[in-house]
Amino acid sequence: MRWIFAAALAVLPVLGLAKEAPPAAEDPVLEQRVMHLAKELRCLVCQNESLADSRADLAEDLRQQIREQMKAGNSDAQIKAWLTQRYGDFVLYRTPVKATTVALWFGPFVLLLAGLAGLLFYVRRRRARVTRPNLTAEEQARAQALLLETEKGVNRPDAAARG
Amino acid sequence: MKSLRFLLPLLLFAVLLMFLWVGLSLDPREVPSPLVGKPAPAFRLARLDDPAKTLAEKDLHGQVWLLNVWASWCVSCMEEHPVLVELSKQGVVPVYGLNYKDQRPAAQAWLARNGNPYTLSIADPDGKVGIDYGVYGVPETYVIDKTGVIRYKQIGPVTQKVLSERILPLVKRLQSS
Repeated sequence: MRWIFAAALAVLPVLGLAKEAPPAAEDPVLEQRVMHLAKELRCLVCQNESLADSRADLAEDLRQQIREQMKAGNSDAQIKAWLTQRYGDFVLYRTPVKATTVALWFGPFVLLLAGLAGLLFYVRRRRARVTRPNLTAEEQARAQALLLETEKGVNRPDAAARG
Repeated sequence: MKSLRFLLPLLLFAVLLMFLWVGLSLDPREVPSPLVGKPAPAFRLARLDDPAKTLAEKDLHGQVWLLNVWASWCVSCMEEHPVLVELSKQGVVPVYGLNYKDQRPAAQAWLARNGNPYTLSIADPDGKVGIDYGVYGVPETYVIDKTGVIRYKQIGPVTQKVLSERILPLVKRLQSS
């Protein structure tokens, strides 16, 4: 029984090879250009996929349109303009900078600056609150002695409580 | 001053909550069309009922009309279909159908089975006119005014609510202007 399985498994990859290779594009250079541009465009049906990746019907149609326009000699920018005219800026993965997208482009930096300013303000105020006490030489010596004792464990508050 | 210190985070939280709430109610599938306010893209297509005759968008100048993109393979089209049939019976506004990426016999059978709300349907078998109109999810419906300018685009099925609250008031306003 095990041998039959092993034989079947051994044959499987060979069967896989028998599948016909998909027809190569007529013009690989053009196809590469189409795919390069399609990667920067969003498929409207499956919104998280680019036109290059999507298998939706519309994506296929749009790739075909891009192909035809490239054959006709249109530039990438012209094709992008043609698409945004129909589907809006939404088709572009790289959102253009313009009046309606200013908040999108610069909002995060504004928020970051606001956060930094807030942090600076807070830290400054805290520093202003911590004032150095003015001690006389005598008080300074006493404080030093107390600190030393604490370090040795003689005058620990918990020890005192127990004692 | 002290109360402000506690109120401020709460206020910020409220603002954040508002943004999230609005975000929840937005439908990411509804991409605003850049074509609203622009002239309807030109087309000349064969009629669905008679391929020998054609219809162009220019033929419809001078009246307010709806362009409804539909297909026999489209599931949501069934959802809006009764609403369109009802609308066509009222005769308030002509509805023209753009039969999108469909086969003629299948489309005609679909209309025969479910009723035909369209004044006329035109066939767009390769979807090129659909692309010109920015169609990406059938059904879609456009309101086009007397001068041939697109005034509204409905993405997805036309519901009774959308019809009575948005489309019909707009149609009435455009017809009287």
